[in-house]
Amino acid sequence: MKKRNLSEKIRQWYEGELSFDEKIAEPVVHIPAGTHDQQPPETKTKIRIVHRLENTEIKISRVGYGVLSVVFCLIICSILISTALFLPGFADKEAPTANEVYEHYVGAGRDQTGAVNTVAGMILDYRAFDTLGESFVLFTATCAVLLLLEGHKAALNRAKSTFTYATDPIVGIAAKIVVPVILVFGVYVLFNGHLSPGGGFSGGAILGTGLILYAQAYGDERAARVIPAGAIRGITIAALSFYCLSKSYSFFTGNEFNGVHSVIGPGTPGDFLSGGLILPLNLAVGLVVCCTMYTFYMIFTRGRLD
Amino acid sequence: MNITLNLEELTAMLLFGIGFTMLVFSRNLLKKVLGLNIIDTGVYLFLASMGYIEGNLTPIVPPTGPVDPGIYINPIPTGLVLTGIVVSVSFSALMLALAVRLYKKYRTLNLDEIYARCDREDGED
Repeated sequence: MKKRNLSEKIRQWYEGELSFDEKIAEPVVHIPAGTHDQQPPETKTKIRIVHRLENTEIKISRVGYGVLSVVFCLIICSILISTALFLPGFADKEAPTANEVYEHYVGAGRDQTGAVNTVAGMILDYRAFDTLGESFVLFTATCAVLLLLEGHKAALNRAKSTFTYATDPIVGIAAKIVVPVILVFGVYVLFNGHLSPGGGFSGGAILGTGLILYAQAYGDERAARVIPAGAIRGITIAALSFYCLSKSYSFFTGNEFNGVHSVIGPGTPGDFLSGGLILPLNLAVGLVVCCTMYTFYMIFTRGRLD
Repeated sequence: MNITLNLEELTAMLLFGIGFTMLVFSRNLLKKVLGLNIIDTGVYLFLASMGYIEGNLTPIVPPTGPVDPGIYINPIPTGLVLTGIVVSVSFSALMLALAVRLYKKYRTLNLDEIYARCDREDGED
């Protein structure tokens, strides 16, 4: 209420209906020196806003700053574009990126990894270590966000997040119909990563979206009760450990010189159970991504997982 | 040196320039995060357009028979974009969490005001 009064007053003063000295600067004049820190926050805000509106130096510097940034943007863009003009043309067959590496990945990938989807075979077999790093980037980001925000109430309005759409005739019913479909589709994308476009990251993102929609529609409280924090943590840790251990085994036995051979073969390309470790690794990555997305949402809206 | 040949790359460069300017010059922390995401979008567009080969198919090969690499696009940039998306998501979340903490402490997202309040706090100590 007070804040609304203040902004209203400032608007009136700005439009010339109110004189500045009488109305707005009044509390500043009457507060004696030395008690500056004891001023109510409203007064401080008032002083700050008036200062910003009055000060011509700030105005000039703000305009100069804008002009400078536009000039900077033009310079950066022109440098980058003049460099990009020397690159090979779009979709050029003769471009240096279309070299023997890509030919080997596409040509030999299916028979070596057992995955029909070359991208899945590449990121989860040839470059699986890189994908393990990505999963750990997600895990580290989750840990950092939890450290920064867990236990602190979100800076947003708390009253807003306790509101649920569960009884709403449109949102509640639509969520009831759509959430299971999204989850099933996510599982489908997750399990068919080696056969069709998709895989762990996209499937996990779809699953996470379904969970976030559930939390949005039915409220954080209910989502936190249905999906316990311990399960989220346990699934993340288990998936990461499984990825780490199974890929360590695969790397160890992939060496031809130590006499150990992996018991997991590439299988028949095109079958559901094919591609060696790609299917379980997709599942692990998908679960990590799903839990990360859901954790980010819950931490930013609710402030905690449970 | 043909501009019409490289339209995708040029768009990516423009996006990168705009995002970089936003990241460096914006005084609002949320807009800095947005600028970083625009940079990421430019990089994805650049990588994806570098991997495309005229008239070629998605790299999903038939289950049997010999594979001719010449009719599929380059799958490597696709994997790189995947890495980029993951890093971008993690980075955005971390930056937003830091912004929330800064907002709670200083009740503003403007960098100038945060600096001013930091200076005042240092002066009081």
